[in-house]
Amino acid sequence: MSKLLTLLFGRLPIGWLQLSHNKGRLLAAVAGVAFANLLVFMQLGIMGALNGSTLAPYDLLNADIILSAQEGNTLTDSEHIARIRMFQALGTPGVASATSLYIGNLPFTLDDGTSVSLLTFGVDITKPEFVSDAIAKSMTQLVIENTALLDEDTRGLPAEVVKTLSEGGKMSFEANGATLTAIGTMKVGGGFLADGMMVTSDQTFLRFFGARDSGAPDHILLRTDDGVSADTVATRLRAVLPPTSVRVQTSSEAQAADLAFMSTERPTGIIFGFGVFMGILVGLVIVYQVLSTDVADHLREYATFKAMGYGQSFFLGIIFEEAIVLAIFGFIPGLIVSIGLYAALVSVTGLPVTMETSRAIFVFIGTLAACTVSGAIATRRLANADPADLF
Amino acid sequence: MTGAAPIVVRDLNHHFGEGEARKQAIFDVSFTIARGSLTILMGPSGSGKTTLLTLIGALRGVQDGSVTVLGQELCHAPEPKLVILRRRLGFIFQAHNLHESLTATQNVMMGLAVHGKGNAAKQRVAARHMLDLLGLADRRDYLPGNLSGGQKQRVAVARALVSNPDIILADEPTAALDKDSGHTVVRMLKALGETRGTTTIMVTHDPRILEMADRIITLEDGRIVRDTNP
Repeated sequence: MSKLLTLLFGRLPIGWLQLSHNKGRLLAAVAGVAFANLLVFMQLGIMGALNGSTLAPYDLLNADIILSAQEGNTLTDSEHIARIRMFQALGTPGVASATSLYIGNLPFTLDDGTSVSLLTFGVDITKPEFVSDAIAKSMTQLVIENTALLDEDTRGLPAEVVKTLSEGGKMSFEANGATLTAIGTMKVGGGFLADGMMVTSDQTFLRFFGARDSGAPDHILLRTDDGVSADTVATRLRAVLPPTSVRVQTSSEAQAADLAFMSTERPTGIIFGFGVFMGILVGLVIVYQVLSTDVADHLREYATFKAMGYGQSFFLGIIFEEAIVLAIFGFIPGLIVSIGLYAALVSVTGLPVTMETSRAIFVFIGTLAACTVSGAIATRRLANADPADLF
Repeated sequence: MTGAAPIVVRDLNHHFGEGEARKQAIFDVSFTIARGSLTILMGPSGSGKTTLLTLIGALRGVQDGSVTVLGQELCHAPEPKLVILRRRLGFIFQAHNLHESLTATQNVMMGLAVHGKGNAAKQRVAARHMLDLLGLADRRDYLPGNLSGGQKQRVAVARALVSNPDIILADEPTAALDKDSGHTVVRMLKALGETRGTTTIMVTHDPRILEMADRIITLEDGRIVRDTNP
């Protein structure tokens, strides 16, 4: 390692030699940085899962523009909108077709007593162009009343049930005092709001959610004419529809708004964001402690180097070299343990927690930056190295 | 000869502290050191020897008077200039001040690396050669923690000499050495003066090496009380 670094730097790797000389301290420092990395990775992983599960329902849909009640928060946390807005929208140039979307949370109990909550989407089965291709293929089966497509990644759903459904079988269960039959599967995954998702016809939906009114869906989905920009049509719609009660968003705008809401308005988003901040802070403090202690322990040596004519940049180089070594050595175990914990989290919760390359790079760069900042703060102690005290 | 003198001290005064705590350590000291000479500073503890050494070594700012080292006036000189000047000096401290994480060879290499000359491989060869000269061929790759006090001091001497400095400032360099090692070091300093013109100022109480000095300056209470050429 020393030889490699000597070749790399073209000088003695004093920072590395200092760190590796005290192996116990090096191990503690690396463990500290790895722990800070782990904290940040876990927070970012869960935050990513929050974002992923927030956007997952959009994968079920195929809309260019979404009309929602102004009071609503997100796609799945919305207020009702008057269906008459759909007819007003259809009269706007550039709107090709429209449909109502109903969303509700349906709890039911499996045979083994497990309680499951399903985020249920009621769609118009005569308009398959408003759902994803995978669901559109099975849409005709939903014409039979009280049938549904069930998310095979639903938390708590027994493997044999998934197997039965995927092989063309059926599964019936009781919900809200009626029997609902799952006749097929789709793949979405659980989120923070529900254990899984389910798609039914709008008629089945209204039957199971008795309090809901067909005249007040959760959203109105619009498709634009071929070649017409969704942004242009959205602008026209905003001019036509009352802004106090109707929110007009393109699909991408709606997704961005949902992410922003979950990150900044919901306690969960704020908590995870705070967790990331705490992880970075822990890392900063640990690296600062290690580096400043190291500087304090080597003050006489540094003073000697000062006497020999080494300038400030030399000392900064040593400390930043140490900071980079700690960042790299701490990041690697932090990443490996995090990948393991992500896998454990996925198997236990079903949340979409994945180690994205961009996240790993972001955390590594952040670790380097945090270690460098800590090193920069630690260099203040160098002022105490006075070569005149050596004699 | 005076014009070429590497060290010229004129009317030097120095104090520590301010106000009522102010204490003067050097009083109107003046002398000139000839190139290639071995000068010994003597005097009781607190007489100002070390203060004088740190002032000449550009480790402390000159307050009053003039100190010219290698043609450069140190009074009010900016720190970057002092740093560059110090690279032409060799320091040997009473406490060896070796870097505990570096081997003997690596410690000596640091004496060369400050000049930025040659790559690490060339510096290593030069460092090993210097250690061999000081009888440490079999201790080149030892860490200071595994060396005796005398061996550490010889490594420190090697570090100071390896870059062929113009001036060597030494504080009790033979205190931790046995008689033979002490003589070896002083003979080496003497030889450097004769062959390369290296000037040495040494603080010492070691009577064994007084006879080898070209000049002995004795200080008491911050003043020169004796200046002899034995």
